[in-house]
Amino acid sequence: MTVITFIQHDGSERMVDGDVGLSLMETALKHDVPGIDADCGGGAICGTCHCFVEVSDDLPAPDSQETAMLGLRPDRADNSRLACQIMVSDGMADITVRLPEFQM
Amino acid sequence: MNMPMGTSVPDYRGMSLEDLDVSDPRMFQYDYWHELFARLREECPIHYQPDSPAGPFWSVTRYEDIVAIERDTETFSSEPSIAIIDPEPDMILKMFIAMDPPEHDDQRRAVHHVVAPRNLQEFEALIRERTIEVLDSLPEDEPFDWVKLVSRDLTTKMLATLFDFPWEERNKLTKWSDMFTSDVRITAGEGYAREVIIEHITACLQRFTELWHERKGDGKEAFDLIRLLQADPNTENMVDDPLTYMGNIMLLIVGGNDTTRNSMSGGVVFLNQFPGEMAKVRQNPDLIPSMVSEIIRYQTPLPHMRRTTTRDVELNGRKIAKGEKVVLWFVSGNYDDAVIERPNDFWIERPSVRNHLSFGAGIHRCMGNRLAEMQLRILWEEALQRFETIEVVGEPKRTCNLFIRGFTELPVKVGRFQS
Ligand code: HEM
Ligand code: FES
Repeated sequence: MTVITFIQHDGSERMVDGDVGLSLMETALKHDVPGIDADCGGGAICGTCHCFVEVSDDLPAPDSQETAMLGLRPDRADNSRLACQIMVSDGMADITVRLPEFQM
Repeated sequence: MNMPMGTSVPDYRGMSLEDLDVSDPRMFQYDYWHELFARLREECPIHYQPDSPAGPFWSVTRYEDIVAIERDTETFSSEPSIAIIDPEPDMILKMFIAMDPPEHDDQRRAVHHVVAPRNLQEFEALIRERTIEVLDSLPEDEPFDWVKLVSRDLTTKMLATLFDFPWEERNKLTKWSDMFTSDVRITAGEGYAREVIIEHITACLQRFTELWHERKGDGKEAFDLIRLLQADPNTENMVDDPLTYMGNIMLLIVGGNDTTRNSMSGGVVFLNQFPGEMAKVRQNPDLIPSMVSEIIRYQTPLPHMRRTTTRDVELNGRKIAKGEKVVLWFVSGNYDDAVIERPNDFWIERPSVRNHLSFGAGIHRCMGNRLAEMQLRILWEEALQRFETIEVVGEPKRTCNLFIRGFTELPVKVGRFQS
């Protein structure tokens, strides 16, 4: 079982169990974790599921669409990702993501 | 529909695909566009029109095809223009909406902070105050024009508030915005000539340059879009590059004017067409944010954006040559039942209500979407508290413009709660 920790901008944390096949974005919505808007529902075309990956094993690198969307974020960091593009897979290590102050 | 004598709705189902005219703004003026796009989605989702006032162009009408194009910015460029008509060489404002990466990304990142949610919170109280003033001044139990007294007045006041534009001059903002989007060639002849538009844009630049210099370093603790540009290292010298400064100002004025204005009118029309939805939101005001998203989908205030192919490309079996105009019909994608369930219903509890194309998609997705949603949310929070009834009491009149779906007149009567 992969445990996903979401850290809000104010520092508060929520740990939830990941379901294989769901993205981090879908996981957050499923558990009512705030801080992810996901306007486009997971298509990597809105950028409102931005997060910072703090702790994880190697993840598949972002594709060109995700990279393009991340390139627009004024608050982009080296560990920026779109939560809708990170899938929970079988045997995946626990993962901790921090959420930005706001999505835009 | 009140069409003038001598005009009639084209027989979209009866004519041959080649003869379908996707360039006539009267389809929005008289609201008969549904049938045209429904047929295109079904039978010819990538349609070529060889001849129109704006020249030949392709129309893309299915949701998924529009998204695919939005993702491929290398093949489908936003340069030289996102309007069907190419810009005149004598006045090419630098707007990042009409740029490709990497320049687009740099420019957008530089100004995005002005509409970041943190700044929006600063604006919220002021915008609410203006909204209350406007609603409280509406006549009681007698018909008035909602477009004029609410939508137009309120968006003008909001724009003036955002720029801290001199209050007595605020109508200029709306005027400039209207002119900028009303070229005669997309308005069935009703718009403004090029020279007149250029004249006004020059005046606009002059005024905003003056305001920049007045504010620069005046030491005042104030909050407005001009000062936000001045305060950020990426944009602090923007005024030195007039075409970029003007481009960004224009984008902010135009982007936030007709779009929000027409959504304010559209909401009233839809809630009257669907009284069940009005009852639901009255019972549960927590539905206002999702109603706002549904209003924006249902209205689709900007029906299309244009791209230009940078190479020969095949799309859904159609071969599009390099250098052709490709028009993305958001208004059609938003009513595509392959993606949007029961698209013709105005349905405020729609699942995934934020999934629509009114703000576009991909790297050009509307930068002001949070601001727009906030303005509409405040309007409906305040309106539903005050008015027991908001009734459309006459035929709405719609805008004759291919680039804008909106209303020019909307007779409404309101009744206040008796306290
Ligand atoms: C309901 C209101 C609004 C609607 C329907 C709307 C719609 C759109 C659409 C369709 C696009 C192009 C997206 C694409 O090509 O994929 C866009 C871009 C843009 N909008 Fe809005 N807009 C609205 C309000 C605003 C407001 C209030 C502002 C003011 C800040 C604004 C500023 C912009 C800017 C700057 C862009 C260019 C983004 C880019 O190219 O990266 N919009 N908008
Ligand atoms: S949900 Fe839209 S980009 Fe992730």
